[in-house]
Amino acid sequence: MVWIADMDLKLKLFMRGYPWKRLDETAPAHRVKDLAACRVALVSSAGLVAPGQEPYDSKIKGGDWSWRSIPGDIDVRSLTEHHRSDSWDHKGIEADRNMGMPLDRMRELAAAGVIGEVAPRHISVMGSVTAPGRFIRKTVPEIVEALTADGVDIALMVPV
Amino acid sequence: MCPQTVGLVQGALEQAGITTTGATCVAEVSEIVGVPRALDVPWPLGFTMGEPNNPELQRAVLEQALALTDRDDIPVLETFEF
Repeated sequence: MVWIADMDLKLKLFMRGYPWKRLDETAPAHRVKDLAACRVALVSSAGLVAPGQEPYDSKIKGGDWSWRSIPGDIDVRSLTEHHRSDSWDHKGIEADRNMGMPLDRMRELAAAGVIGEVAPRHISVMGSVTAPGRFIRKTVPEIVEALTADGVDIALMVPV
Repeated sequence: MCPQTVGLVQGALEQAGITTTGATCVAEVSEIVGVPRALDVPWPLGFTMGEPNNPELQRAVLEQALALTDRDDIPVLETFEF
C-alpha cells in the first residue's frame, strides 16, 4: 500500500489538495449468480492500447478521457502502454502486460472454474484524468453500455 | 489519480446493476471516492498485480478481489494476504 504521507512533496501536495469525486450513495449491485457462473470483464487504467488503436494523447490538458475496447482473445504481449504519469513505476507493466491487464490470469481462473467465463471485451482507460468532466459525461456511459451489452456480471478494476 | 478514474467507472456500473470489485494501491483514495469493494494490496504504484511474471501471486490478487463480491456489507475494503 502507498500512503499519501509518504509520497514525494509535489505528489503529496497534489493528492491532499485535489477535489476528489465522491460516488453517489446508491444501492450497490450485489452478485446474484455463483462466481463460477459469472462473466467477468477487466477495467484497466494503465493506458494500454491494442494493435491498430490510437495511442492515448499525453498532450490533452486534464488527461486523455477516451477509452479503448480490448478484445478478450488478444495476446496481452501485443498491448502497448501509453500512460502519461511519471508518478508510478512503469517497469512492471513493461516486463509483463498482465500487471495492467491480467487477461492471462483471467483465462486461467476461467479454465480452473473459479469464474464462469472471460468477457468478450475489456476496458482500457488512461487513469491520469485530473479534469474528469468529459470522462464522466462521455466515457463512463459508453463503458456502462458496452459491458451491459456484453452481459457482464462482474467488472474487476485494475488501477495502476 | 487512477483509483478515482476507475472508481468513477465502478460507481456507474453498480448503478447499472453490474457488480464491481478491484485492487488498489492507494486505499486512502479508494475510501475517499467511496468505491463499494476494493482489495488493498501492499505494493507501490504500478504494481497493483504484485510482481511481473508471477502468475501465482497475480491470480491470488484476482481471486481475493473476486471473493469480495460475496460480501453484502458495503463498502468493503480488505487487505490482501498471501
